[in-house]
Amino acid sequence: MSFINYASREINCKIVYYGPGLCGKTTNLQYIYQKTAPEAKGKMISLATETERTLFFDFLPLALGEIRGFKTRFHLYTVPGQVFYDASRKLILKGVDGVVFVADSQEERMDANVESLDNLRINLREQGYDLDKLPYVVQYNKRDLPEVLSVDELRRELNPTGVPDFEACASTGEGVFETLKAVAKLILIDLKKGR
Amino acid sequence: MAGPQMVMYDEEFRQINLAIEKLLREANAKVIFLVDKNGQLISGCGETERFDTTSLASLTAGNIAATGGLAKLIGEKEFSILFHEGEKDNLHISIVGGRVILVVLFDSRSSLGLVRLRVKKASEELTTIFDSLMRKAEEKERSGIQEFPFAEITDDDIDNLFS
Repeated sequence: MSFINYASREINCKIVYYGPGLCGKTTNLQYIYQKTAPEAKGKMISLATETERTLFFDFLPLALGEIRGFKTRFHLYTVPGQVFYDASRKLILKGVDGVVFVADSQEERMDANVESLDNLRINLREQGYDLDKLPYVVQYNKRDLPEVLSVDELRRELNPTGVPDFEACASTGEGVFETLKAVAKLILIDLKKGR
Repeated sequence: MAGPQMVMYDEEFRQINLAIEKLLREANAKVIFLVDKNGQLISGCGETERFDTTSLASLTAGNIAATGGLAKLIGEKEFSILFHEGEKDNLHISIVGGRVILVVLFDSRSSLGLVRLRVKKASEELTTIFDSLMRKAEEKERSGIQEFPFAEITDDDIDNLFS
């Protein structure tokens, strides 16, 4: 849930990057961190294992600017993608305002994508959310690799409802900000409606 | 949607700050933070400028969420108090009114016993304030009073954020 503070004139929203292990969620956040002006970002926190696999979450606070006199802040989180960290993933979805599903475009990762997307729906439902009603975008990551599926194929499997989707290569930053902007915009439009 | 929208108004914000400032004095603490369970910082007092408050809020909420998960695994509703002891500084973390996290940082000038005692008293006061805040927010929502400035935002406003 977004937090609206009339006293300090701030709005805080939470965006969660979800997806299978090694799909590039942390890389998305790292790129955003690198390319954001120092005054607009806080410290990026990664709770990771010694081999740099996300253990609990990554966290990156962004202050984008003001809308109608309200400071608009987005808190970006990633979940641990590996299947056995499901208990942790559920916790991070608490209070979510918008979701980015990062898919791995490689053919061999298709099953992992589908499994992770199912897991997202189930975990959201447990928290009382419906993915179809939440601000939600899909990113097809790793487009630069060989052996990737076509966007049409990915879309058919992973985006049947036709939410905004983007091709990306998180390691070079292609598509990263487009994805973030799209989900942020959907969240603000959702806020505008007053839920 | 899960859970009500969290809002904060001037009057309650002032009351909350008075309550935590009093706790800071009475518990002889260094810093006090109030954090939403979703990881949003609500307020803080004391030597706050020494800390990265946003990160602190997010990690505290993660900590409470993780121990809450542990509690459920062993059949407890939640662990309402966490205590982290450091070489110099200690953290006392507790859940107030089931929704908000109260973080008290203190050193050897205070003691765990004193902090626990004062936190207990302050929690009651804070619970009352947050209860009235929730009621107020619900009433405003029911009566359809729309103070929220976002009702009037345009696509241009949103695009400008990213320019």
